[in-house]
Amino acid sequence: MAGLKEIRSQIGSIQNTKKITKAMEMVAASKMRRARERMDASRPYAEKMRQVVSHMALGQLEYQHTFVKERETVKRVGYIIISSDRGLCGGLNTNLFKKAFQDIAAWKEKDVEVDIAVFGSKALSVFRRFGVVAESTGLGDKPSTNDLLGTTKVMLDAYEEGRIDRLFLVENEFVNSMTQTPRVTQMIPIVAADMDEIKYQWDYLYEPESKEVIDSLMTRYIESLVYQGVVENIACEMSARMIAMKSASDNAGDMIDKLKLVYNKARQASITQEISEIVSGAAAVE
Amino acid sequence: MAMTMHLDVVSAEESIFSGTVQELIAPGTMGDLGILPGHSQLISTIKAGELKYKTDDGESLLFVAGGVMEVQPSIVTVLADTVVRAEDLDEKAAEDAKKRAEDALQGKDPQDLDYEAIQAELDAAKAQIEMIHRIGRTLR
Repeated sequence: MAGLKEIRSQIGSIQNTKKITKAMEMVAASKMRRARERMDASRPYAEKMRQVVSHMALGQLEYQHTFVKERETVKRVGYIIISSDRGLCGGLNTNLFKKAFQDIAAWKEKDVEVDIAVFGSKALSVFRRFGVVAESTGLGDKPSTNDLLGTTKVMLDAYEEGRIDRLFLVENEFVNSMTQTPRVTQMIPIVAADMDEIKYQWDYLYEPESKEVIDSLMTRYIESLVYQGVVENIACEMSARMIAMKSASDNAGDMIDKLKLVYNKARQASITQEISEIVSGAAAVE
Repeated sequence: MAMTMHLDVVSAEESIFSGTVQELIAPGTMGDLGILPGHSQLISTIKAGELKYKTDDGESLLFVAGGVMEVQPSIVTVLADTVVRAEDLDEKAAEDAKKRAEDALQGKDPQDLDYEAIQAELDAAKAQIEMIHRIGRTLR
């Protein structure tokens, strides 16, 4: 049996670990609250944007933006993968990457090349060997739209120049603070939401030119998708970390309890032994 | 019953207004646009200026800067880059922003200036100040 002193120091170190995980849990909980607020605040914009864009898909527009046209042959596809910068958030990133790998493997089987752009250093370290064309890391808890523009633009340009024929977004969906699910959505070409409305001939009036308006709308649409994805991912990261740290603290507590039991048993054994030594010593004297 | 349409005004940060309106006047880049229910489909970019809408409770004012507006016969959606409620407009902040933009336009090497962005900022600040003055005259 391990010595009493060793068990005591083991308990001490687990207690220290528990303090750290507990603190991290609390920090993640408060950060999650703020991240959720940000996510909820930007959601109406993204939703309305999606609504407007799906209206556009219903009409007969004089100017068809390249993001709307489906290309017949797909030779190369692009992926934008949004991950966290830091670890210690459970299986959040692993699950996301698994999903991305599955998707990418499916394309490779069809002999389609894949270009990848990443947000967050976790994705960068995993996908580096697949050829990352653009990356931005270290976005912090409060990313601004400007921080995301560069990487997004690389992929949009690639699409416009015909280097990629489709663009997907891989991100975590925030279901609630306990559940986050990885999700892959097609960004371009834009898939019109299925609506049962009858398509009749109409077109917008444009101010100023149709091209100008639609171009600026499309860019804003994609930006808002990416922004929403990043903000949502932060909320996911924080809540996943909170859960992971909570279970770490709980496990540490269990371990301490078990060790305390071992410690008490050992202590009791040594006392019993001491008593029996004294008693037998006294008996020998008599 | 008066004709009405649904209006949504959202900025990237929040949803400012969502409800039923009878009339809307928005600052389009090609000039102000008055929208009544049943308007034919229209898409316009918007510039810095005031957006006025009429509900059952009367008229309300918002300051918008940049963005896109989509009109459908019964739904109008304003996707603005910036929206400020008229009550929340801050003259001092607007003056400061104007000054900053003007300073940026002068003096520096014109080549490393993002001329368009600063000009847009300046226009927004000017429009804000103008609007504050106009409201000040009509309301107080």
